[in-house]
Parts: sequence; C-alpha cells; structure tokens
Amino acid sequence: MSILDIAVEAVSWALILSGSFFVIVGAVGTLRFPDFWSRLHAISITDSAGVILLFAGMAVQAGFTLITVKLIIIGVFLFVTGPTATHAIANAALVSGLRPKEAKGFTGVEPEPLTNTVAAPASTE
Amino acid sequence: MRILGAFIVFLGLWLLLSGIYKPLTVGLGVVSTLAVIFILARMDTIDEDRVELHIRPLAFLSYQGWLLIEIAKASWAVTKIVLSPSMHLKQHMFSVPHTQKSDLGQVIFANSITLTPGTVTIETEPGRFLVHALDYSADDKDALADMDRRVTACEKADLA
Repeated sequence: MSILDIAVEAVSWALILSGSFFVIVGAVGTLRFPDFWSRLHAISITDSAGVILLFAGMAVQAGFTLITVKLIIIGVFLFVTGPTATHAIANAALVSGLRPKEAKGFTGVEPEPLTNTVAAPASTE
Repeated sequence: MRILGAFIVFLGLWLLLSGIYKPLTVGLGVVSTLAVIFILARMDTIDEDRVELHIRPLAFLSYQGWLLIEIAKASWAVTKIVLSPSMHLKQHMFSVPHTQKSDLGQVIFANSITLTPGTVTIETEPGRFLVHALDYSADDKDALADMDRRVTACEKADLA
C-alpha cells in the first residue's frame, strides 16, 4: 500500500465520517426542535452538508470510474429535488394555515401578510 | 434530425449508466432506446421547440463554488444550535425581493435559499419570496440580497 493509497483512504474516510456526523446532527435536531418549522431546518443539514460530504467521500473511494460519474449525476439530481421537496412541504404547511411561532419582538410576516392563502390565525400557539 | 439527436443522447445516457459493454447488454440498450424513441414519436413530443438556458455556464459554476462555502458555514451554525443545550431559536418569517428576470434564475435563487441550512423559501410571489429563518439576525437580509445579486450576475445580459 503506497503513500498515495493511504492518503486517498484518509481523505475519503474523513469525508464520509464528517458526512455521517452531519446526518446524525440532522436526526438529533429533528428530535430536539420544538415545532414543524424548526424541524424543517434540521432536516436541511442532512440534506445539504451530509449528502455533499458523503458523496464526495464515496467519489474519492471510487476514483476516476463510471461510479464517480453516476455519483455526480445522483448528486446533481438531489441538489435540484431536495430543496424543491422541502419547499413543497413548507408551502403545503403554509397554505393549510400553519404559522411559525415568531421570536419575541417580531410580528409575523413583513411588510404585509400573505393575501393569496386561506385566512388563518396568526399564530398556532 | 431531431430523432437522431434524441437517439444519441438516450443511448449515451444508457451506456453511461450501464457500464457493462457486452454485445447482449449493448443490444438491449439499443432496443430500449428505440422503444423510447418510438413512444416519444407516438406522443408527438419531438418538435422544433428549443429549450434555451439563459445562464452563463462558467459564472454559474463559480456561483456553485461560492454556494458550497455558504452551505458549509450555515450548516456549522445550525449544527451549533442543535447541539447546544439551550437551543437558542429566533424564528422569523420575512420577505426577500428577487431581481432575476428568467424563471430559471428565480428557481436557482429560491433553491439556493432552501439549500442553505437555516433558511427555507416557503412561498413565491411576483417580485419577492417569503423566507422562514431559524435563527434570524439583522444581517440575514443583507446576506440574501448578496446571494440575489450573485444569481442575477449569472444570467445572460441580453434578457429582455
């Protein structure tokens, strides 16, 4: 096993382990956060940081092969569909009347509340 | 002409995803590509309509590099919130104006906001997006305006 092989293994292991760390953080966040909207953000760590690092690690493992090409294709696909799915879920929640709990000193949407959604209470709690 | 182009693209994709180049598998690929072409021709979807991308490729690639760094920074910020015992949240919903002219530019901007952990685009309206932030701070709007400028810079200048 040459120095180069060891370097490749080290880099890919570092990427895969840090990617796994972010996936676990996303899962922990999903459990700990209080409501729907904040949990959405916890998932997005898994979606972006975890996926990017895991795919980079797998690509380094595979080297310059067809597998890397496929990984890049899947990665680009996830980069487009991930946020779109998140947006679809968030938008469905908004349209059905679920509103986030605003921080102290903030009063809902600025400058004007949405006009094209069904009338809903300003706060769910 | 269009049919030939579609055939080459589909067969190329099939060969790329297969990775096994025995006569039987390649033959199956040719047959399935021909079947797809036949179905497309029956559906009358091969026309002279052109899909034009109003994006400068090199500028878009450099934007992706910048976006990766932003994702890394934002991921770390949200990770710290998740792992801190008190979980300091400051949720806020605010609207962000966008200046992109093409639909594709707006999609790229909205998806970039969602990809960055801590902010999610929840509603699109003409001229502005509704964004929900996990830990809102006063300079969030400036950061998103900066991202908006960078996406707009990726668009081709000759857009009407």
